[in-house]
Amino acid sequence: MCACWRHCWCCWTRRAPSRPGGSLVVGRALSGCLLEMLHGAATAAASGLQHGSRVTEPDLIERLDDLDLRNDSDVPDVPPSIDSTPEILRRALSGLSARWKNWWIRGILTLAMISVFFLIIYMGSFMLMLLVLSIQVKCFHEIITIGYRVYHSYDLPWFRSLSWYFLLCVNYFFYGETVADYFGTFVQRREQLQFLIRYHRFISFALYLAGFCMFVLSLVKKHYRLQFYMFAWTHVTLLITVTQSHLVIQNLFEGMIWESVNCKLRQKEEHGRFLVPISSVICNDIAAYIFGFFFGRTPLIKLSPKKTWEGFIGGGISTVVFGFIFSYFLAQHQYFVCPVEYKSETNRFVTECEPLELFQMKKYSVPLLLRSVLGWETVNMYPFQMHSIALSTFASLIGPFGGFFASGFKRAFKIKDFADTIPGHGGIMDRFDCQYLMATFVHVYITSFIRGPNPSKLLKQLLVLQPEQQLNVYNTLKSHLVEKGILQPSLRG
Amino acid sequence: MEELQFWCLAQERLQESESENKLDGETASDSESKSEFGGSLPVPTSDDTPEVLNRALSNLSSRWKNWWVRGILTLAMITFFFIIIYLGPMVLMMIVMCVQIKCFHEIITIGYNVYHSYDLPWFRTLSWYFLLCVNYFFYGETVTDYFFTLVQREEPLRILSKYHRFISFALYLTGFCMFVLSLVKKHYRLQFYMFGWTHVTLLIVVTQSHLIIHNLFEGMIWFIVPISCVICNDIMAYMFGFFFGRTPLIKLSPKKTWEGFIGGFFATVLFGLLLSYVMSGYRCFTCPVEFNNDTNSFTVDCEPSELFQLQEYNIPLVLQSVVGWKTLRMYPFQIHSIALSTFASLIGPFGGFFASGFKRAFKIKDFANTIPGHGGIMDRFDCQYLMATFVNVYIASFIRGPNPSKLIQQFLTLRPDQQLHIFNTLKAHLVDKGMLGSLEDA
Repeated sequence: MCACWRHCWCCWTRRAPSRPGGSLVVGRALSGCLLEMLHGAATAAASGLQHGSRVTEPDLIERLDDLDLRNDSDVPDVPPSIDSTPEILRRALSGLSARWKNWWIRGILTLAMISVFFLIIYMGSFMLMLLVLSIQVKCFHEIITIGYRVYHSYDLPWFRSLSWYFLLCVNYFFYGETVADYFGTFVQRREQLQFLIRYHRFISFALYLAGFCMFVLSLVKKHYRLQFYMFAWTHVTLLITVTQSHLVIQNLFEGMIWESVNCKLRQKEEHGRFLVPISSVICNDIAAYIFGFFFGRTPLIKLSPKKTWEGFIGGGISTVVFGFIFSYFLAQHQYFVCPVEYKSETNRFVTECEPLELFQMKKYSVPLLLRSVLGWETVNMYPFQMHSIALSTFASLIGPFGGFFASGFKRAFKIKDFADTIPGHGGIMDRFDCQYLMATFVHVYITSFIRGPNPSKLLKQLLVLQPEQQLNVYNTLKSHLVEKGILQPSLRG
Repeated sequence: MEELQFWCLAQERLQESESENKLDGETASDSESKSEFGGSLPVPTSDDTPEVLNRALSNLSSRWKNWWVRGILTLAMITFFFIIIYLGPMVLMMIVMCVQIKCFHEIITIGYNVYHSYDLPWFRTLSWYFLLCVNYFFYGETVTDYFFTLVQREEPLRILSKYHRFISFALYLTGFCMFVLSLVKKHYRLQFYMFGWTHVTLLIVVTQSHLIIHNLFEGMIWFIVPISCVICNDIMAYMFGFFFGRTPLIKLSPKKTWEGFIGGFFATVLFGLLLSYVMSGYRCFTCPVEFNNDTNSFTVDCEPSELFQLQEYNIPLVLQSVVGWKTLRMYPFQIHSIALSTFASLIGPFGGFFASGFKRAFKIKDFANTIPGHGGIMDRFDCQYLMATFVNVYIASFIRGPNPSKLIQQFLTLRPDQQLHIFNTLKAHLVDKGMLGSLEDA
């Protein structure tokens, strides 16, 4: 065996099957081999500096080539995670066996998380927004840390700063628009904020460009590839985490109507549409786990050997039922479906209203098939419950794919959990992997089936037009409304 | 501080092992510079110049031959560009689509070569499928805006446009599920890399082309002037560098010089001013592209906006003595063109450096061999990368407000009570401003 056996062509031909670009492999293997020998000579002189956890140069290149050329089985495993359960719990459960101990920890933490969830909802929309923001930042941090570990690039010049800078830029872009709507009256009064909003896109783009130019200027010879990988990794992570969190916030705050007449900001915080999807996913997770625990027999997919068909189907049905009942409960309480009126004078929230059509009881005639079974002719349901069936179905059928994606990701990069934030559960990403697609689906569903475009945004854009354009638009609208009979032509004013 | 130390250490090592660098990144640099300095490693590239050119230039030395090939191809591309402009917006849109697909193909092929993943199950199919989905989503949104009446007339199109987002999302989801189901043991990492690679490529290529089409619909001048500025900057920086180049600009691209950069900047600004002066006079360039429902074709006919009407500007006193004129007649658009050219010459090159870094990182000389003498399509379009986004953001921020007809279309999709509410608010606003006043039957 030659000294650089991992690189040399002679040893590679025994392992690598013939593929197109074979000469490329040979050329790079040879050059890699040569490179290692030459660098070995160069670094022998400077070996005094290569101690501790510092990444050494030839190390970097060798791992770089290895990462590209070898398959998964050669990747060294990450050392097992440390046990981060709090001391209290450990003492309380010291009597039980390891398996039950783990189960108890998971159970307690689950309950803790659900309570925190409800607490935050009770505290209101602003806290909710902060919570979503902090979850997003933590998820971003977890994924980026995995990237650093994979590429051993923790010491790359500038890169940590650049990743956080890009996160800041993209968040500024997305949240700038939402915040402008939310704090409408507050913003109108300040001149500087007006300027920021008017040129929002331009400012965000300029900030992003500054980051981009910093990246280009920070490219260091011999580390180009690593830096490009980390750049791409950052962008894909941003795409996943930030867009999802933005859509979640939008789902929460949609339907704001700005009455310019008395300058009141009415926010329709339809908690229902925020709570039901997230709860459905959580319920599906828990129900599938429980069904799998008691009845699980047939494995579902090779990616996650613990998932079973029984768990999948059982979880699906129970999620739909849960969603149905939960939405019934929510629709009855005004707190969840009413516009929360924010009075800027008293700075208080008041919930009282005439509920939307969506939340008013309607009679549905039961299809003939079920009539004999149930014995009812009509059923009183909220239309919202029909939508919740769609949401729960999606949560149970497609949500798990987000989980499989995350499992595949963890296997690909040989990690057990994304991080160790929550004892017994892993990182924040571990809990939110199934939510990944849910937020986008709810947003698309709402815009397609429940409501049309946002009227308040349309109004704002109308008010920004030139006066002549406004007059033209006004006349067109008037003729349209008269035609449709919505506006009586005899009504003046 | 750790980062700085590490960086300095890296620099020291680089100087130590200077001779080894030839094996690593330097082979990616242009072959011309090698021949200048009596090159060390000849770069083997396949010569795919057409036979015709080969025979015609067989007498000249290889250096001049390369120069001639590049020159002829440059002229050919510019001529092609003018022909397409002449042919109109529809053809332009199709060309942008084709360029986008070719760029995508080039970058994905590089990914395959890097990861030796050409044989991965399903992956080629999935990449093209994702490209299709994202294109469908973006172009669907554009099409529904500009072809509104046509779409409303035809029943199937109307349904497609109403549930457009849902359909695009469903298509994307299918691709996503297919990806998850296609994960094969032992190749997880590779598959995730290719998935990430595909998405980043889509992000770069498709969003840019979509924004270019948006700019195009604002008026052909918003499409032509930025692209010409970038091309001019490329060529001018090359010329200035060729004749006067002395101080190197950035280690990434050893051929770029400060003289070329600054000379190119001034030349581009001047060129932008002249070009916009010439183009602002013609309606076919300055008018927004609209779809005429009766003739089912694109029309560019309108009353030129304020931006394209000659105005008198007072020259500041400082320049008055120099130039000898008191006032100057210019189009306001020319002022904007100064901003566009400045961006093209200052930030545009960063796109080029990004592409150079990318090529060095993955040890390739060119993105592909599509254009003889120049490389791939991406090589020509790397500086355009940021320009399209900039123009779009610039237009949205400084030039126009929202499009009134688009707003009317959105209005028509609302519920009656929402429509009434907006109508009343608008009315109150107009009365406030005194536009309506006592005119009850306007």
